[in-house]
Amino acid sequence: MFSFTVRRLGALIPVLLGMAFIVFMMVRAIPGNPAQLILGQQASKEAVAAMTTKLGLDQPWHIQFFNYLGGLFTGDLGVSIKTNTPIAEEIWPYLAATIELAIIAMIIAVVIGVNAGIISAWFQNSWFDYIAMIIALIGVSMPIFWLGLMEQYIVAIHFDLLPTTGRDNIRDPVEAITNLYLLDTLLQGRFDQFIEVVRHLILPSIALATIPMAIIARMTRSSMLEVMRSDFIRTARAKGMRMFWVVYKHSFKNALIPVVTVIGLQTGLLLGGAILTETIFGWPGIGTYIYDAINYRDYPVVQSGILVIAFIFVIINLCVDLLYAAIDPRIKYK
Amino acid sequence: MAEIVNNKSPLTRQPAEDTAISPWKEGWRSFKKNKVAVIGLLIVVFFILMALFADLLAPYSYEAQKLANKHLAPSSEHWFGTDEYGRDILSRIIFGARLSLWVGFFSVAGSVIVGLVLGLLAGYYGKWVDMIISRVFDILLAFPSILLAIAIVAVLGPSLRNALIAIAIINVPTFGRLIRSRVLSVKEEEYISAAKAVGMKDGRIIFQHVLPNCLAPIIVQGTLAIASAIIECAALGFLGLGAQPPTPEWGQMLAESRAYILQAPWTVLFPGVAIMLTVLGFNLMGDGLRDALDPRMKN
Repeated sequence: MFSFTVRRLGALIPVLLGMAFIVFMMVRAIPGNPAQLILGQQASKEAVAAMTTKLGLDQPWHIQFFNYLGGLFTGDLGVSIKTNTPIAEEIWPYLAATIELAIIAMIIAVVIGVNAGIISAWFQNSWFDYIAMIIALIGVSMPIFWLGLMEQYIVAIHFDLLPTTGRDNIRDPVEAITNLYLLDTLLQGRFDQFIEVVRHLILPSIALATIPMAIIARMTRSSMLEVMRSDFIRTARAKGMRMFWVVYKHSFKNALIPVVTVIGLQTGLLLGGAILTETIFGWPGIGTYIYDAINYRDYPVVQSGILVIAFIFVIINLCVDLLYAAIDPRIKYK
Repeated sequence: MAEIVNNKSPLTRQPAEDTAISPWKEGWRSFKKNKVAVIGLLIVVFFILMALFADLLAPYSYEAQKLANKHLAPSSEHWFGTDEYGRDILSRIIFGARLSLWVGFFSVAGSVIVGLVLGLLAGYYGKWVDMIISRVFDILLAFPSILLAIAIVAVLGPSLRNALIAIAIINVPTFGRLIRSRVLSVKEEEYISAAKAVGMKDGRIIFQHVLPNCLAPIIVQGTLAIASAIIECAALGFLGLGAQPPTPEWGQMLAESRAYILQAPWTVLFPGVAIMLTVLGFNLMGDGLRDALDPRMKN
């Protein structure tokens, strides 16, 4: 296990370098001089030349890349053109907002998806199975940005049940400590604000959870069906074990590997999907941060935002790989 | 899927009973029995016909503006109502099918071709070729796909064509890996050793033996990839990074009309339903094809 972890970490290095290289090249591939972009069209030639030197753009590109890498290692994500502050300093509130949204969405997706999948497999070909799988099929095909709009229209605008935008009540904003508002409000003992934050979370997290939920439900069902045909399940049932325990303990434990893979993969995709959900619900997360930066042509922010999300995605996948051994002792890494 | 090759290759014996029906016919038979898959096929055919005959089917022009008709509710004259410029939404959706399917088919075709070349090279030649290509795939797959597409479009500039290119690029590693793994398993088969032993050239082995074995998984994966390509195209359009107004692209239509969701909810409803139905059709069809063509899923 230890040597596997080390080798798995070793395999990450070329991937991380490659990722950094791609986002580095991305900005270089944009037509026009970045220095000009930063200073605007009216800037004098001297100012542009000074900026070019300051940014190191007059150096050969491989030197520039190593400088960029060196910066990344020391936590330097560049400076935002729009706000002129280091991105590493201003990114956390956005990232925290996305993490909070993603965690809640993933909890919804896993709890409902896994249980729907288990029950569907347990009562295969029942009406529950049919309805759950039809919903899952539609869920997989759902454009989440459209689902978000429909949610807003029906729940929020038509019936005025829940807020449609933002993370908290703008007239009574949450005082940020960790920027994870659920945690912050609890730390301050402001339960009224906590409820308000939860109310803001409901719609976007359901929109974001839909696709992973559907995929997890389908994967759990097919994985469970496979396991429930095996001999040890028949044995467990033959010895008179209650069906509930046969399903939830024996079968589910063995069906878990593909489910965990899908959950890991979906968590990463969720971060990508967040950019769509966040634009719809005005959620001040990293998706909104990147989206605004694209419209503002704030390329350092686009670059670093994408790199940060991709980095989290890679780490999640690493955790999933390491989890396998913990879940299934039959897996031995050589 | 070794049977496919058996039928074509004189180098291996064919069992007598297999000559009766080809695996493709067998696949079609089991596909036909799968009701859900047939529904998917029908939806796909419906949208393809709609796209092909858009000029004949659309009751109005998709771009002619008539401000007097602004935000008309669905009626017998405008089945899906009109948008903020008085354009007929049904007509725009019919023409939009053209764009979405065009992006779906051509982006996937592009990723299949590039993925095929890279996957064959990596799988067949192995060693450092494999190592380099597989690493590149790893790196591309390390980005959440829609994010990578957004990054590519941010560089290339927003347009439908660039959205297509971005979607094609993000799907390359999926196909490349699929083909690579097929090649690796086919390479170990005896008929490949036999072909090598009789002095067949690499190119011929690849085209006659390896490629036909990759076809079934490519078709399955390709159908599912079209579904996700259509969603991704709409997502880029929605973010303003794909098709630009006044193109009747479904995602772009949603972006344009979301501001009017209160006054004219139908402007938001119908483009979304169109996206969902098309994607559902390709997903159902892809699932059915997998059950029919992929022997590992057969019970």
